[in-house]
Amino acid sequence: MLGAALVVGVLGVFIEISLLRRLYHVPELFLLMATFGIVLILQDGTRWIFGAEDLLGPRAPGIEGSVNIMGSLMPQYDLVLIIIAPLVLGGIWLIFHRSRWGVLVRAATEDREMVSVLGVNQARLYTGVFFLGSFLAGLGGAIQLPKGGADLLMDMNVIAAAFVIVVVGGMGSIIGAYLAAVLIGELSAFGILIFPQSTLIMMFLVMAVVLVIRPYGFFGKSEARRTGSEDASLALLQPASKKLRLLGLIFLAVIGLLPLFAGSFQLILMTEIAIFALASMGLYFIMGPGGMLSFGHAAFFGGGAYAAALMVHYLQTPMELALVMAPLLIGLLALIIGWFCVRLSGVYLAMLTLAFGQICWSIVFQWGGFTGGDDGILSIWPSKWAADKLVFYYLTMVLSLGGIIALRYLIFTPFGYTLRACRDSALRAGTLGINTFKYQWAAFAVAGGFTGLAGGIYVFSKGSVFPDEMAITRSFEFLLMVLLGGVDAIMGPIVGPAAFIWLHNTISRIDFWQFILGIVFIVLVVAFPQGIAGFFNQRFGRYFSERYYQEG
Amino acid sequence: MMSRLLQVTNLSRSFGGVTAVKQVSFDLEDGQILAMIGPNGAGKSTCFNLINGQLHADVGSIKIDGQEVVGLKPRHIWQLGVGRTFQVTATFASMTVLENIQVALASFRKKARSPLRKLRNLFREEAMELLHLVGIPDYANLVCGVLAYGDLKRVELAVALTNQPRLLLMDEPTAGMEPAERQRLMDLTSRIVRTRNIGALFIEHDMDVVFTHADRVVVLNRGEKIAEGTPGQVRQNDNVRAVYLGFDDASS
Repeated sequence: MLGAALVVGVLGVFIEISLLRRLYHVPELFLLMATFGIVLILQDGTRWIFGAEDLLGPRAPGIEGSVNIMGSLMPQYDLVLIIIAPLVLGGIWLIFHRSRWGVLVRAATEDREMVSVLGVNQARLYTGVFFLGSFLAGLGGAIQLPKGGADLLMDMNVIAAAFVIVVVGGMGSIIGAYLAAVLIGELSAFGILIFPQSTLIMMFLVMAVVLVIRPYGFFGKSEARRTGSEDASLALLQPASKKLRLLGLIFLAVIGLLPLFAGSFQLILMTEIAIFALASMGLYFIMGPGGMLSFGHAAFFGGGAYAAALMVHYLQTPMELALVMAPLLIGLLALIIGWFCVRLSGVYLAMLTLAFGQICWSIVFQWGGFTGGDDGILSIWPSKWAADKLVFYYLTMVLSLGGIIALRYLIFTPFGYTLRACRDSALRAGTLGINTFKYQWAAFAVAGGFTGLAGGIYVFSKGSVFPDEMAITRSFEFLLMVLLGGVDAIMGPIVGPAAFIWLHNTISRIDFWQFILGIVFIVLVVAFPQGIAGFFNQRFGRYFSERYYQEG
Repeated sequence: MMSRLLQVTNLSRSFGGVTAVKQVSFDLEDGQILAMIGPNGAGKSTCFNLINGQLHADVGSIKIDGQEVVGLKPRHIWQLGVGRTFQVTATFASMTVLENIQVALASFRKKARSPLRKLRNLFREEAMELLHLVGIPDYANLVCGVLAYGDLKRVELAVALTNQPRLLLMDEPTAGMEPAERQRLMDLTSRIVRTRNIGALFIEHDMDVVFTHADRVVVLNRGEKIAEGTPGQVRQNDNVRAVYLGFDDASS
């Protein structure tokens, strides 16, 4: 087991040195995208080496038996695990509080610059931390092997759980993480007894409750608020110049005339891109001008799809009405979720959106009697006049592009500027009489509404909807699309989804496509740290600018 | 008695066990310039943040135009006609200088919510006037992120003037500037304050600036007010001399 942990630790070091070290200067979110790429690569790598079947772990030699505790049999191995965990906790605590290395690491998280002024080699420090982290993850995987075996889907489950536990415990607190793990473990175990359907959402419910009551987890400290000005990386959003407008018109013309040349497969692809672009624009609106990170965007997209599908299924609502109601209902949902989330900031905010996303997903997934559960809702088709593929193509384009243009316009109105003011400097915004909470809340709801519209169109284009549309994976895909396009570029949410869906469609026919997709992501992060549209802005932006803004 | 523009009485605030501001009282009238001085850690910025509503006082009273403001949020205090500049400049880094002013004006004119018209065309002339006033009309279309520190201070001043304040709070308005520019900016500030009959309270370390521009001076040390009076009186004050001789050469 220690061997496995060491191997994983060394693998972690290898990844850190070969890749991540080059990326510390890029924004944290892109680092996240690169690590996601690594996950994809490792996942397919594992499949390639070990095969797709689940592996059952051997019983641990010497501790196969059980012990009788108060009339029930406890496997010895479980008892060993119960002892190992606090020992590991104690070990880590000692490392961070008593060893010189640990103290340096803690100092570096407090103040990077000061530590480097003191002559500490930071790169080595981070590599060490990465090794310790990977080592512990490997150890965790190895010691749970005799209990649960190994399968290829472990990664997603574990990532979500690990994130939740760290956030509930409070970032930076090792003891908090341990307590959170125990609490969530116990609640999940007892939750099954009381309310069997709760297993999937228990963890996220706990997180939602904890974050609402204690915004920084059990032991976390509030993050330093950004005062603005210093952070020059915040990009300027420029209104479109004449040349860019012309380009936009050409783009619209191409979309309008495309059916003359393209086959139905391309049209379907274009429809999908347009829908996802609208949903991505919603997420961009929250993340870019809003400055709020969301990991639960699929709740609004899937929510819109389900809202429309349920209305059609139960109330025989016509398509037109369903497409009006879906955004309104999802706007309302976003208003409710936003009221809790917008109070938080940074990673905590993101995790609370994830929690709400998961809660929405599990409601849909487990309330089979109403939503069809895993089987989804089938045969939701457009009204007769729009049933024709071509008509539906144009309908989608009008609604999606209309939504995108509306959101884009909103960014340049006083509302959009005020929203950005809240992001740039909450302090300054407050002293200008701006209620930052209200603006961010409203932005959350507006973006949710437009995303709900995207979901509504989506369900009519596919004819059916399944819980997958609300799952974490979907949320992450939206995040990737926005990042791929570029968070600081308004065109990002169009370019990103287009690139993502095209890539996905092209590559997914190859065996081990996830491996390739992972590599593509990493290459994109390295090559375009500002996203594709961000890159073009930087590279060719001046050809399109009206010199309205001069460079310093 | 007519209520004064700003009346601070027995203001106290502690953090944990440390008392940052202890029973401080002073007041300020329209059109008057009051400097707050004191060594580092004297509680000047805390005092500002209390008046501005970023922090809440443990005890004491702050009245603006006779209205008690302890417990109000910064945005409510702004509505009473208070403009504020920060020690570490807080501007909107993703916007141009002009847009910084425009968005502030939109808030003042209750247009910040509008989702219909583009901000670009709103309050443009008024914003330009403010930039002329503070002497940086040429920088209107520059991104705030590329400006020199001294110019950012001017942007801050223009932003603080957008709500036509009656009371201006300036936390080290000239920090990071060269001496000549300090005097220029403070000349400008004095002129604005006098012509518009604004009461101004500012924190300053540069004694030349203080003695040239302030009508009155309040001296804090370790959270307590140790002296108050005209610049001449403060200069002669034994307490002040004792504090400053140890910390500062009084003319840095």
